[in-house]
Amino acid sequence: MKLKTQRFFKVTSLLIIFLIGSSILFYNLKNNLVFFFSPSEILEKKISSLENVRLGGMVKKGSIKKKETEVGEKKVQETIFTITDFEREIFVYYVGILPDLFSEGQGVVVEGNLINENRFNAKIVLAKHDENYMPPELDNIVKPTN
Amino acid sequence: MFTKLANPSTFQKISDFIFPKCFGLFIVFLISGFYYVFFSSPPDYLQGETVRIMYIHVPCAWLSLGIYSMMAGCSFFSIVFKHTLADIISRACAPLGACFTLATLITGSIWGKPTWGTWWVWDARLTSELVLFFIYIGHIFISNAYEDKRKGDRYAAILTLLGIVNLPIIKWSVDWWNTLHQPASISKLSSPSIDPSMMIPLFLMVFSFLFFFISLVLLRIKGEVISRKLEILEQHRA
Repeated sequence: MKLKTQRFFKVTSLLIIFLIGSSILFYNLKNNLVFFFSPSEILEKKISSLENVRLGGMVKKGSIKKKETEVGEKKVQETIFTITDFEREIFVYYVGILPDLFSEGQGVVVEGNLINENRFNAKIVLAKHDENYMPPELDNIVKPTN
Repeated sequence: MFTKLANPSTFQKISDFIFPKCFGLFIVFLISGFYYVFFSSPPDYLQGETVRIMYIHVPCAWLSLGIYSMMAGCSFFSIVFKHTLADIISRACAPLGACFTLATLITGSIWGKPTWGTWWVWDARLTSELVLFFIYIGHIFISNAYEDKRKGDRYAAILTLLGIVNLPIIKWSVDWWNTLHQPASISKLSSPSIDPSMMIPLFLMVFSFLFFFISLVLLRIKGEVISRKLEILEQHRA
């Protein structure tokens, strides 16, 4: 066998072994690489209310409510909304500025503590947007059929 | 044909012929692209005008992956067939790849703030893209770390080959794991989910960036070939 052919097989086989090895590694890391949990996932896990976790899903339509609450002596506006994965849902309580894209029917990721089965106290709210891009005029035509 | 092309002086002749055309195409695509990006494309129904960042972000991101694949191919070629031109191309690509990756990260960050509400999160897509940037930087350092250029080329090629693992992770991170970054819009199996009025400027910009990259890399290859020739001349004189 020529030296070149030998090197070709050596390098290729080493690469294949390396790639298989790392795919096994990443396959097993799967659960540790997620950025957030869905409501069903988070409710199945036993998570203490002190632990910082991220919860993600859809903001349920018609669920956003705003009310004044007192934190210390200041009056602030608290937003309450429901995150759903269309199987289970959790109420989220958040005080602070919401991102522009935050709205009903949109994806959202919140970071904070799961107090109990119903209540999640959010410290950070991040809006998630989908992979659809279209001009505003089209949206009015498309939306009602959705 | 392959061996003919791999001869540096033949390659140089071809590249001198291609270069002005690539550069011209870059300018043409850039001007027509900019017209669409700034005047003729609509704002997004959800994100408004912010969506225009996409026309820089997406071409940079695609190039950052494309350049790396090209470097990986060259590295394989260089280790197996020991051809210097493959090393030269790798060396010419690395800083450009690093720049496009950095541009992806920066524009992504600027885009993330108004849409997601944060500059940066450690989700799988963003983190793996950052790792790609570090691999590019590593390639630049390693290939220049040795007195003997060939030694640096060899170790940098090994790094590039091992770094291939990162490519599928970047590409499919948005499908494999929950991420804040949205899934792919264009390369999904069903029809693309970008309106044609936004697809046109996007592809004009992608072609513009592609020809920009080709022109730059041809220039860099030329410089590298000349500097290696000079080195050999100096060795002979000494």
